[in-house]
Amino acid sequence: MTARVVGAPAERREGREKVTGTARYAAELPSLGRLFARPVPAAVARGRVTGVDVSDALALPGVVTVLTHENAPRLAEPDDPTLAVLQGPEVPHRGWFVALVVADSLEAARAGAAAVHVSYAAEPHDVTLSATHPDAYVPEEANGGYPAVREHGDPEDAFADAAVRVDVGYRVPPLHNHPMEPHASTAHWDGERLTVHTSSQGTTVVRAVLAGMFGLEEEQISVVAEHVGGGFGSKGTPRPDVVLAVMATRHTGRPVTVALPRRFLPAVVGHRAPTLHRLRLGADTDGRLTSLAHEVTTHTSRVKEFVEQAATPARVMYAVPHSRTVHRVVPLDVPTPSWMRAPGEAPGMYALESAVDELAEELGMDPVELRIRNEPETEPDTGRPFSSRGLVACLREGARRFGWAERDPRPRSRAEGPLLLGTGVAAATYPVLVWPSTAAAHALPDGTFLVETNATDIGTGARTVLAQIAADALAVPLERIRIRVGSTDLPSAPLAGGSSGTASWGWPVHEACTRLADRLTDFPGPVPEQGLVVHADTSGTADADSPYARHAFGAHFAEVAVDTVTGEVRVRRMLGVYAAGRILNSRTARSQFVGGMTMGLGMALTEGSTMDAAFGDFTESDLASYHVPAHADVPDIEAHWVEEDDPHLNPLGGKGIGEIGIVGTAAAVGNAVHHATGVRLRELPLTPDRVLAGLLEAGR
Amino acid sequence: MKSFAYVRAGSLAEAADAYASHPGARYLGGGTNLVDLMKLGVEQPTALIDVTRLPLDEVTELPDGSLRVGALVRNSDLAAHPRVRDRYPALSQALLAGASGQLRNAATTGGNLLQRTRCPYFQDVSKPCNKREPGSGCGAREGVHRDHAVLGYSERCIATHPSDMAVALAALDAQVELYGLAGVRRVHAADFHRLPGEHPERDTVVEPGELVTGVLLPSATAGLPSAYRKARDRASYAFALASVAVVLEVADGVVRHAGIAFGALAHRPWRARLAEEALVGAAPTAAAFERAVDLELSAARPLRDNAYKVPLARNLALDVLTRLARPGEDS
Repeated sequence: MTARVVGAPAERREGREKVTGTARYAAELPSLGRLFARPVPAAVARGRVTGVDVSDALALPGVVTVLTHENAPRLAEPDDPTLAVLQGPEVPHRGWFVALVVADSLEAARAGAAAVHVSYAAEPHDVTLSATHPDAYVPEEANGGYPAVREHGDPEDAFADAAVRVDVGYRVPPLHNHPMEPHASTAHWDGERLTVHTSSQGTTVVRAVLAGMFGLEEEQISVVAEHVGGGFGSKGTPRPDVVLAVMATRHTGRPVTVALPRRFLPAVVGHRAPTLHRLRLGADTDGRLTSLAHEVTTHTSRVKEFVEQAATPARVMYAVPHSRTVHRVVPLDVPTPSWMRAPGEAPGMYALESAVDELAEELGMDPVELRIRNEPETEPDTGRPFSSRGLVACLREGARRFGWAERDPRPRSRAEGPLLLGTGVAAATYPVLVWPSTAAAHALPDGTFLVETNATDIGTGARTVLAQIAADALAVPLERIRIRVGSTDLPSAPLAGGSSGTASWGWPVHEACTRLADRLTDFPGPVPEQGLVVHADTSGTADADSPYARHAFGAHFAEVAVDTVTGEVRVRRMLGVYAAGRILNSRTARSQFVGGMTMGLGMALTEGSTMDAAFGDFTESDLASYHVPAHADVPDIEAHWVEEDDPHLNPLGGKGIGEIGIVGTAAAVGNAVHHATGVRLRELPLTPDRVLAGLLEAGR
Repeated sequence: MKSFAYVRAGSLAEAADAYASHPGARYLGGGTNLVDLMKLGVEQPTALIDVTRLPLDEVTELPDGSLRVGALVRNSDLAAHPRVRDRYPALSQALLAGASGQLRNAATTGGNLLQRTRCPYFQDVSKPCNKREPGSGCGAREGVHRDHAVLGYSERCIATHPSDMAVALAALDAQVELYGLAGVRRVHAADFHRLPGEHPERDTVVEPGELVTGVLLPSATAGLPSAYRKARDRASYAFALASVAVVLEVADGVVRHAGIAFGALAHRPWRARLAEEALVGAAPTAAAFERAVDLELSAARPLRDNAYKVPLARNLALDVLTRLARPGEDS
């Protein structure tokens, strides 16, 4: 009997290729005779293109062609209108692509793009979000299909009658995904076949979208995403780069690479929309919530409606008889927002968990105990039982490990010279998502096994954990498993998104391998030359309705030092404890948790994008100005988990771990800043200008 | 692509000749800023004259006790130089507060002085910028300017100079050595960068063709207590929101020498002459420091979104002055 490897800290299978630089990404494929294409972004925030003068660009050496809305191939209308590039003269926001220069080198394409002269009929633009914007409306749904509004009981009256009340507003700025690898695609035709290498979180959808837009059969198209340098949601569905690459290769008949420069990303790959929050919490003097209202106002573009579902975690977290959760959205002349790691939960839990901390202060109650006191029996919004709910265990375990009991709850009670020290806590939650998927498991005559599924390894360790699942199901050592992922030529599978990948892909991998093991047991004689193969498909199973409310939970603790000279906040330590079902690889899981917490640290302290009201674009467009945390910002971060045995999930028992690390982290840091200083700052990020102004205003 | 000539200069004379024969040329040092700007289309030189092979990569102690820093000494090497660390700690600290380790390894002393503003409107050729394109307007004025100037700006330009090193050099009374066809001249570091006035396109007093060959750190400030402090949005790899370099000599209960320069407040390192004059001869008390710093900063005219810079710069200056006035304590 082989020792189980699921749960073990197996090393990343592609780690050597990545650290030695031999792993090839979408823009790096050696291809003789390929062309490079560079988009031209619109230089007005709203209006129409009235003319594109391409003569100077075409006169440059190396420039092959320039595509504009006047000569680009007509495409079938996509479901996602952000992909309808070069199909018309309208400019819905600054940075929208208005031309594509195709050249025989990257440098020539860049020079060509600079030589394209675009004239516009500009119109007045409005990019400024406010909660009182006259165009704000309540949509039917928020992202994820959640109802925009949910109401239980009479939250207004209950709030008015509450013994203790908190009525506060929070602001989260626009945020950018900025994966390490910018979006890139290389496309080429081989006869009637189209092959596309693209940096995507899931190629199944890329292929379907390309087939629809270009009038092709899916069988004519192969889409490959062998290695992907992160996505954080911005590569969840195709982005304009892949459409442009296919357009250009169709137009020229030659392979074409479109590699977006970092500076283009904020305008065309989605961003986390800014959210304005109003939180009203009412409680009795024992700290039991009687009323909860979370109202969110956010923006979307004029291209399509995307509504950050930031009020949804309030439907899951706490027992409260009267509640109202509302999303409102304002269409503006801004780039189209989209998914960014934990859309909804990340900004929503910042606001909710900050307000809970404010309520704890009003009550004079420990914030850990306040959360435990409001632990619900069933999911507050639906009344469904939880498949498992480990929030209290996470809070208690985190408090124990962090040394919470020794904390002096009084704000501004610890100092080291000019530094004020404080600690804070916040809860985390993320829903359990899973989608149908397929996989194939082959037994080969040499004693090895080949597992195939079109999973995408976006840096998470998907190959590695799927091999672990296969090894255990087949009861063979890990070394005998080979894994192929990242191509539409493999059995169809959903994207790496919504923290669902491992559950979705692992399910059919587990099933195929289990059935293959059974077949081998019964198989007379050795494995035949052509091998044995078993296919599995979880359609109808993975997507079957569950009578249970299924969510992961967690607790974040943070200690900060606030410099009263400069207003600089530095995190000294952070600790996360998660209840996320079964952890399938302790090494890559820890990496995901720590990565999420680091991104949450950035959301709290350093990351923020500024919509330029005058010009209508995001001011911070590179990694020098958009401040993701540097190593020096990231202290000792610990991630732990409480084991959960939840039989209501999937055969592997995992809940998904890719996003929960960023949920609530910013609130824990913000609550720690309040504990350190006694000053409550309600707009992220907590940069020195804001913190110093807050300290000065409070006379501190 | 936009082609340009590349010339590797073997001597100063060759460099100057190459510059003269290529109108629109730029000298190339570490390239950490210039090459970025070329990619952005902000800089479009006709020729790059690579000066990195010139023999300007040494720190030399001169007989009078001053230090001569070659223009090609890398920022990392200068920060780590024992004489610099011992005698001019503010300079070492300023260098280490700048950029990232990788950038400091590539960036040169001369290039650090000559780096351009990081104003986002300067870097975006689709927007107006009087510095990049004189007469086109200033995008930052009505746009996003949290990081911009509060002192000495003009209607034409509100950009700040991004260097940390230059702020320390200004406070330390360093001089910049320039080589041109007319010979060698020296300029005080505090006067090396200009205020924008009517000509924001001119960052410095360097004349066309002149090459920064070195920096002289004077013996007069060698060994005096000095320090640099910077506030920034993240702990590393971020430009200053405000910074200060201070050189302070106290003897017999009286300030004998004060050199104070602010960073990130103006188009150049802002030498705080008013504050210095107020301090010299005074007792180094908290009240005297506050009076002096407030006097200097009373000239500040914050813009819509950068009023925080004034109290921030004040706090930084008072903190560093106070620490330097109490030798023996942790700096």
